[in-house]
Amino acid sequence: MDRIPILKMGNLLLVSIQVDLHDQLALDLQDDLSERIVATGARGVLIDISALEIVDSFIGRMLSTIASLSRLLDAETVVVGMRPAVAITLVELGLYMPGVRTALTLEHGLALLGAEVRVSRSDEDEIDDAQGDREPDGLAGYAPVRAGPGGGEPATTGAASRGDGGRTGDR
Amino acid sequence: MTGMDSQRHPIVTESDVVRVRQVVRTLAVAAKLSLVDQTKMVTAASELARNTLVYGGGGEMMIDLVDSGRRRGVRAVFIDTGPGIPDLDLALTEGWTSGSGLGLGLTGSRRLVDEFAIDSSPGVGTTVRVVKWSR
Ligand SMILES: Nc1ncnc2c1ncn2[C@@H]1O[C@H](COP(=O)(O)OP(=O)(O)O)[C@@H](O)[C@H]1O
Ligand SMILES: [Mg+2]
Repeated sequence: MDRIPILKMGNLLLVSIQVDLHDQLALDLQDDLSERIVATGARGVLIDISALEIVDSFIGRMLSTIASLSRLLDAETVVVGMRPAVAITLVELGLYMPGVRTALTLEHGLALLGAEVRVSRSDEDEIDDAQGDREPDGLAGYAPVRAGPGGGEPATTGAASRGDGGRTGDR
Repeated sequence: MTGMDSQRHPIVTESDVVRVRQVVRTLAVAAKLSLVDQTKMVTAASELARNTLVYGGGGEMMIDLVDSGRRRGVRAVFIDTGPGIPDLDLALTEGWTSGSGLGLGLTGSRRLVDEFAIDSSPGVGTTVRVVKWSR
């Protein structure tokens, strides 16, 4: 029984799909990733599909599901390396993969996640510091960052850009 | 339109669906389809082969190169002797699925190819024929 390997790098999980995916393998990846996000507390998931020659509705749905699941588990997913022919075909197929963020290259994808993860971590520290001077408002840990604008003034820049970019899909 | 060297490929397991994609790619290259058109044809075939497997209970794909005199193309026919489709109009409605899919397989693959014909009778089975021509 083969599985797609999932690598951990800092607080990111990296997946590079190098085989022609049959449906069960895609479903296994979905399950394995959710487990690994929870087990590692990862904040980002990067999926490289540059080797995929096609994305059909089943694989597309898997990517959407992973993006939604990871968001529920407090991690962002970015799909990188989609081939132009695949993108053109997906549009004509009518598959828009709502909620899936894409980046053209691995570097861009990493920057997107790296920037986000770093921003949210440093916001967390700032908020913790700021809260030391104020009445405790019941928001703990990184929750204020995820809660967006309600999280307090110190986080505005990071949280705002994160909130805009993080919730909308690229397409 | 004349066909040459028709090949048969069983569609009985998920690995067969993967093999179908590879076979369609090979013939699409042989027909000199552009990379985008190859990708469209392979994606359509992947959708139709999955339908043959999941809804048709398995079947086969017949595939060959076709020639219209001016152009070459790939023709793939997906055949099963499964339950058939009771309401074709409904099945050809974008987003409609009787299972847990996205309901994009039939409507999407129809858009991705140049010719699309479906023939289905309840209790007899389903046949879908698609052709993609070189430009
Ligand atoms: N080969 C087939 N045999 C029986 N029913 C089929 C077959 N292909 C498609 N269908 C029916 O048509 C519906 C739409 O198919 P499709 O557009 O591929 O969407 P999905 O696979 O997501 O359900 C299916 O849900 C199924 O009810
Ligand atoms: Mg389908």
